[in-house]
Amino acid sequence: MAKVTVGAVNPDPGSSRNYETGSWRTLKPVIDFEKCTKKCFFCYDFCPDSAVEKTDDGPKIIYAYCKGCGICAYECPKEAIELVPEEK
Amino acid sequence: MAEQCDVTKEMFASGHRGCAGCGEGIAVRQVLNEAGPNTIVAEVTGCLEVMTTGYPESAWEIPWIHAAFENASSVASGIEAALIAKGKRKGVNVLAFGGDGGTFDIGFQALSGMLERGHNIKYVCFDNEAYMNTGIQRCSSTPYGASTTTSPSGTCSIGESRPKKPIAAICVAHDIPYTATASIAHPKDLRKKVRTALDVEGPCFLHVFVPCPTGWGYASERTVEIAKLAVQTGVFVLWELEGNDFANIKVTKKPKERKPVIEYLKTQRRFKHLLDKPEEIEKIQSEVDEKCERYGF
Repeated sequence: MAKVTVGAVNPDPGSSRNYETGSWRTLKPVIDFEKCTKKCFFCYDFCPDSAVEKTDDGPKIIYAYCKGCGICAYECPKEAIELVPEEK
Repeated sequence: MAEQCDVTKEMFASGHRGCAGCGEGIAVRQVLNEAGPNTIVAEVTGCLEVMTTGYPESAWEIPWIHAAFENASSVASGIEAALIAKGKRKGVNVLAFGGDGGTFDIGFQALSGMLERGHNIKYVCFDNEAYMNTGIQRCSSTPYGASTTTSPSGTCSIGESRPKKPIAAICVAHDIPYTATASIAHPKDLRKKVRTALDVEGPCFLHVFVPCPTGWGYASERTVEIAKLAVQTGVFVLWELEGNDFANIKVTKKPKERKPVIEYLKTQRRFKHLLDKPEEIEKIQSEVDEKCERYGF
């Protein structure tokens, strides 16, 4: 159990990353890099969970945090992201 | 302190407990990534506060404070005064965030006071058109005809019976230097407005439209599409205004051809009961037409 600080001050910014929301996901977005232009980054702009990273090789989905909402797949202008059912 | 921050990192961390497809998450990322690491945020109670700060965790990479439902504007005013007293005001953005409940209803007095006192604070309202955090109760931001848990539709009710409060126009009337409305569906436009607000001296108000899959009743992947439809139908007009003369209003996104409101209404469960009431749709359409005419498109 964490010790409560004075005034409940949280000295640890961004610590929500300790909780991996990827386990909520039922549909998993998978990028097809043949179709992806690697420069529009709509998937990055529209991700509510900061779960798409901008890299030089195009977008990279961080599956530890992706909740599988599907916005990236729905908004991709090249239809380069497919939602596949999550399996064990 | 600020120099030590890693600017390449997201200002809004993953792992927050917002619903899948949360519009507010998108909006906050866009606002904070534009504002950058030298930012202090004061926030009202609401979805955003609850989902980002389950103790002992926080999704905020910047200094953030939550006070009460009504007083983010007052707390932000205090932060600004303290920074000035300590000689550290330069280069720091002081933002106040509020949901629609904490802005339109509960935090309105504090907001009005902050605008009137002329603090250099940028207030951002994330409007999802009801009290989503506590279970989708109606708010003065809820649009006409929407069904919520405290304005349920039924044989004797068509849902919310009052039109939406024109909060941005009310803020303009406070004679502030810059007011704008924005939408998550147009991130470039939103970021440009955040930048303009940050560069202007004095209080500014930004009204951001954020669809809510849980409260509005639609599939999570359609958040951005619904925000787009709101602009394309004229339900939510994107504009900016410097000063208080409405003659200078600049509509930043004008659809070539405005879609009928039914295209927007039929995407959401909260308007489902209206679909077999053409007279109500007609009424909403004529109100939107009248509003769009006022904004000049």
